Amino acid sequence: MSDLDFTTRFPTGVVADERKGYEGYIVDADKLVEFATALRDEFGFDYLSSVTGVDYINEGKLEVVYHAYKTTGGAGLVFKTQVDREAAEVPSLYNIYPGADFQEREAWDLMGIKFTGHPDLRRILLWEGFEGHPLRKDWKEPYFEEDVKPFKSRWPEGDFHRAEDKNPYGANVQYPDKFDPEKWQPEGEDALYGSLAKYQTTDESGLVTDHITVNLGPQHPSTHGVFRIAAKLNGETIVNLKPVMGYLHRNHEKIGERNTYLQNMPFTDRLDYLSSMSNNFGYALAVEKLLKVEVPERAEYLRVIMAELTRIQNHLFAIGMFLNDLGAFFTPSLYAIEERELILDIFEMVSGSRMMCNYFRFGGVVRDLPEGALEKIKGLVLDRLPRKVDEMDRFLSENEILRSRTVGQGYLSAEDAIKYSAAGPMLRASGIPYDIRRADPYSIYDRFDFDVAVRYNGDIYDRYYIRLDEVRQSLRILEQAIKDIPEGEILSGKPQYTVRVPAGESYGRVEGPKGELGFYIVSDGKANPYRYHVRAPSFINLTAFGPMCVGLKVADVVAVLGSIDIVLGETDR
Amino acid sequence: MENNELNSPGYEIPDDMKSVVSITTLDKIYNWGRRSSVWPMMFGLACCAIEMIATAASRYDFSRFGMEVMRPSPRQSDLMLVSGTVTKKMAPTIVRLYNQMPEPKYVVAMGACASGGGPFKEGYNVVSGVDKLIPVDVYIPGCPPTPQALINGLIKLQELIDTQSLKTVRWYQKGELAAVPVPVLGPDLIYPKDIPAIQEAGKEA
Ligand code: SF4
Repeated sequence: MSDLDFTTRFPTGVVADERKGYEGYIVDADKLVEFATALRDEFGFDYLSSVTGVDYINEGKLEVVYHAYKTTGGAGLVFKTQVDREAAEVPSLYNIYPGADFQEREAWDLMGIKFTGHPDLRRILLWEGFEGHPLRKDWKEPYFEEDVKPFKSRWPEGDFHRAEDKNPYGANVQYPDKFDPEKWQPEGEDALYGSLAKYQTTDESGLVTDHITVNLGPQHPSTHGVFRIAAKLNGETIVNLKPVMGYLHRNHEKIGERNTYLQNMPFTDRLDYLSSMSNNFGYALAVEKLLKVEVPERAEYLRVIMAELTRIQNHLFAIGMFLNDLGAFFTPSLYAIEERELILDIFEMVSGSRMMCNYFRFGGVVRDLPEGALEKIKGLVLDRLPRKVDEMDRFLSENEILRSRTVGQGYLSAEDAIKYSAAGPMLRASGIPYDIRRADPYSIYDRFDFDVAVRYNGDIYDRYYIRLDEVRQSLRILEQAIKDIPEGEILSGKPQYTVRVPAGESYGRVEGPKGELGFYIVSDGKANPYRYHVRAPSFINLTAFGPMCVGLKVADVVAVLGSIDIVLGETDR
Repeated sequence: MENNELNSPGYEIPDDMKSVVSITTLDKIYNWGRRSSVWPMMFGLACCAIEMIATAASRYDFSRFGMEVMRPSPRQSDLMLVSGTVTKKMAPTIVRLYNQMPEPKYVVAMGACASGGGPFKEGYNVVSGVDKLIPVDVYIPGCPPTPQALINGLIKLQELIDTQSLKTVRWYQKGELAAVPVPVLGPDLIYPKDIPAIQEAGKEA
């Protein structure tokens, strides 16, 4: 990164991060806003991909880690800010990169880092009133047993007990000292509703109109799981909208920091549970970067084949569910699920499970293709799927109702898409041809001939149609991959249960079906990750959801949400 | 008439009427009607919900068991298929939904998470199984249970319905059925039954 001469531009306040295994720059908190502005405007890093925190408890510091990219391609840039644990305050980058909005709220919620200047710093995954910030290293959950796994009680002795039996309430709960539920007042939802702007407007003629608040979810058929939307309406038109999440917050990161590296692999399956293979891929890449292991040729091909099959089945499912949301209830989904089932059969053949594949290992994959699997894949890729995709296209894309519901609706401009850190199909449907497989190639994607799908209208229709484009491109990649796949090893070295990962940090990212899926890992050289963070595309893509919906009707919100394609397991983690 | 008598009517059907008349018990006909039209609530919590959708689709097709009518509203459903991880943040909603379902109602815990917390049990926001909140009739193991396993669980539910009698089921007893108390989100999830104990502990601290 020689053209990045930060030290000349910032003689004070910015230093290169020289800890062993680390990269990037450390920026003083009071220089942060200036630095980020220069980064965006002078150095061309227009895309803030990830914001997260690390609790270095031994040094008494909290570190905020930012990953920025150029949407024109190339490698990224990491920069960090360190603050005191006890008075953790960092200036918010919301005004420079609005995509930091939810991520800063998450860092506040889980790590207790205050972002000054953030317009709406509320808890996001937990609820207002929750005690503590769980991702801090000294915060212990009610079922806490030991800092890291494997727990001594279970291994090697093999003793087990029910965690409930050790808790005074027989459940997964704990309360602060001197807590008296009778005297305590719930904080409720005031913060949320307060953030939805004021309750009345007066128009030019002096007519006073009350705004009404509408809640959708968490139990609602169109929210793809347990997701909630709180909207403020003026008449029927949305004037402000806030997504409310966390109803599926499963503490992925806290559990991940207790687990050994390999134990996390099956947990990644359950992030975006529609595309477990891609999740495995991202995590494997991040750990391999630290381990510096080579992946054998055949394994690379298997990885690409599985990742692309995953993309196809994810997009088919997404299109089916999107049509559900538009009111074409379940019939298009049935077509989509039929094809998806055939791909799941392949996953079951190679990994033993339809959905939770747990197929990747550090330095390869866990099993080779069983007999007949390659023939099955060939049959699907060369014959059946292209026909079926064309069929879906024919049935749906020119449909009158679909078009009138989607064309020109839910517009997201190219600038806004970048600003809000939208990723994947959402970014590309707004005219930014950014695909990590091309922009910053990983694995063996540089060998394949394919086009980055891009569409330019930024409306719901384009976000629907680009998924068909991507399926077609994935089929192209698959065609080449199954032709060229060599014989040979599938795992470098011996299979190992515990790997010791050299100290340092790494960020592995893949182009998942939903967008950039990144894993940020900090290792302290032990058998468990010190910090384990997931940059979840479903979560960050929602940042643009509110602004996109302003001016629409409630029924269109459902269509917009369907076109973003979220999976709650990943949104809430 | 006593219910036992209902169950064994003891009437002989004359031969010439056998093709048009059959005599059975009220319990049987009632159970037969209900077990063949269990309407699940459209209620997906996590990964398991995707397998539930797959089970509803053409390959596994649980409409064969009269269960395809998924209702998004609790008011119209008989079965709460808890398909996924129950989190604390979601817990009050789940109990409220359960209370809103009209009797007769059943709960199936699908998957490891709903049955006992599953892989995420140790998580600070996870409830160790939906039976900590509401009564469960059938548990289905698996992570996620395959569609076959889900169907097996639903058949088990039908078998359970078959054994019930109008006389003994809880929703036809005298008096009103008490609603399940809704937990509250405080510094942690507060189960109403624990309040005295929490107060006690607070005083000691
Ligand atoms: S049991 Fe497994 S598949 Fe089902 S919700 Fe839990 S983690 Fe997901």
